[in-house]
Amino acid sequence: MSTAAASPRSAQAQAFRDFWKRFARNKGAVVGVVILLAVVVLAAVAPLIYPQSPWSMVQRPFLPPLAVDGFLFGTDTLGRDIGAGLVHGARISLLVGIVSTVVALTIGVTIGALAGYYGGLLDDALMRFTEFFQTIPNFALAIVLVAIFQPSITSVIVAIGIVSWPPVARLVRGEFLSLRSREFVQASVVLGQSNLQIITRQILPNTLSPVIVMASLMIAQAILLESSLSFLGLGDPNTMSWGYMIGAARTVIRQAWWMSFFPGVAILLTVLALNLVGEGLNDALNPRLARKGR
Amino acid sequence: MQKLSFIAKRLVKAVFVLLAIVVLNFFLIRAAPGDPAQVMAGEAGAADEIFIAQLREQFGLDRPLHEQLLIYVGGIVTLDMGYSYRQQQPVADLIFDRLPATLILTGTAFVISILLGVLLGALAAARVGKWTDSLITVVALVFYATPLFWIALMAILLFSVQLGWLPGFGMESVGAGYSGFQRVLDVLQHLVLPATTLGLFFMAIYARLTRASMLEVMDMDFVKTARAKGLPPGRITRVHVLRNAILPVITLAGIQAGQLVGGAVLTETVFAWPGIGRLMFDALLQRDYNLLLGVFFVSSAMVILFNLVTDVVYTLVDPRIELK
Repeated sequence: MSTAAASPRSAQAQAFRDFWKRFARNKGAVVGVVILLAVVVLAAVAPLIYPQSPWSMVQRPFLPPLAVDGFLFGTDTLGRDIGAGLVHGARISLLVGIVSTVVALTIGVTIGALAGYYGGLLDDALMRFTEFFQTIPNFALAIVLVAIFQPSITSVIVAIGIVSWPPVARLVRGEFLSLRSREFVQASVVLGQSNLQIITRQILPNTLSPVIVMASLMIAQAILLESSLSFLGLGDPNTMSWGYMIGAARTVIRQAWWMSFFPGVAILLTVLALNLVGEGLNDALNPRLARKGR
Repeated sequence: MQKLSFIAKRLVKAVFVLLAIVVLNFFLIRAAPGDPAQVMAGEAGAADEIFIAQLREQFGLDRPLHEQLLIYVGGIVTLDMGYSYRQQQPVADLIFDRLPATLILTGTAFVISILLGVLLGALAAARVGKWTDSLITVVALVFYATPLFWIALMAILLFSVQLGWLPGFGMESVGAGYSGFQRVLDVLQHLVLPATTLGLFFMAIYARLTRASMLEVMDMDFVKTARAKGLPPGRITRVHVLRNAILPVITLAGIQAGQLVGGAVLTETVFAWPGIGRLMFDALLQRDYNLLLGVFFVSSAMVILFNLVTDVVYTLVDPRIELK
């Protein structure tokens, strides 16, 4: 008892070790973490490995992979280095994935918390609103939003956020509904805490685990959405992204497979890694719900 | 009777959702940078003055906003979605011309994904922990993470370019002049790659869900009872477990309908399939907002209709459903 009280730091470390032990039991999740770390590191050091802009022409066009030293992945139709596009594209994918998930979480948590905490008419109204957004085809809505507000990093992020929040709202609402009547919440009411305090300090922290799990899966979906948008030519025209690379190489697929092959593998690995990590987080954070059969 | 009123309520709700989408469209046109008439005509400067004046007249753009909204909603209700200046045709005609192709593609993809998904999921659940299970789980995980447009391109590369087995472009052989049964065969051949590609992602979702759902149901008491009664395991899996485990799959199928439409945009773009998804891509390239919003509206309507159908199917499959 004295040790725990004396050093909260070591208690935290212990909690983390426990978490990691449960997480690492899922081998797929560990593989996911390794891939994800590799992608993050590549994205971070992109300007160091490829100091030149991924847009600049550096070799002759249509150079196959490994044909010339230093061009592991070949060049595209305009002689741009595909390797450079891959690492610089990682930055955009991660950026859009994370920021748009933050946007979606902000909208979803706010709506879900209000609906679940207050209930009644407000709950009804907010849930109809959520259902509406869940019914419209979300990729089509994202296309329309980005097309109308002109393609840019901001419009892509906002559009993905706008089409991705409904599941968060439903999840958070459900958690709030079940936590609202618990004793610790009633105690806070008796203590005279304001609604805002109860929502943000008492209930919200308790909904964190499932929200974190959902967030990791949402980043994966957001990256898929971003790549699909830029594949259709709706990416930010100033940033190199994986979807754009595939879209630009689409018409020459018969002559130059590598131009669309490698960026696709990059998307696949990143999204797969995030999904695996999400499952691992689920096992580690919601041990009671951990899926059977493994 | 109770079922009828349930369905009627759903119908009313569907109409409200549709109206809400029309209103959303109305405000989106006005949110776009530039004059609404110019926006509807396409990229600024693309349309001539006479057409712009016509648009202003038709949509009452010089009148107050609420009157404009009424005119716009009135137009959609009578299926008048405006005129595509770029394509020199009414938007509604363009869309309804292309709709059958999309229905064939998404319908086939839907059937493939549900059948394969439930089959693989059930198989994995029946062999839980064995290598069949692991293999199916890994395959599902990979397809779930693969961008649709990329699988489409790789499928063309492999089956069309390298092996030459299947066509990877369009819906029919150009200039072949087939008719009757030969034409049907030709279309079917063209359908294989796009429909399978579009179906794979959803197959992965259904397989994962079926597996999880079956494992959950297998743990329930009535299954133990069935086992204790000495029913053959195959029958328990097929009749007792699967029928109950399929319910969440139906729910999800309704939710995923919207995704299927989004997927059609990508698949049709890659395979040059002449449906409304491809139309949406063309509208995008030409910044033909009127057409873009028209396709958005019609595809949303399709999804809502489909949701309605899944609701009805659900009440048929599960007699216990609470009819609220």
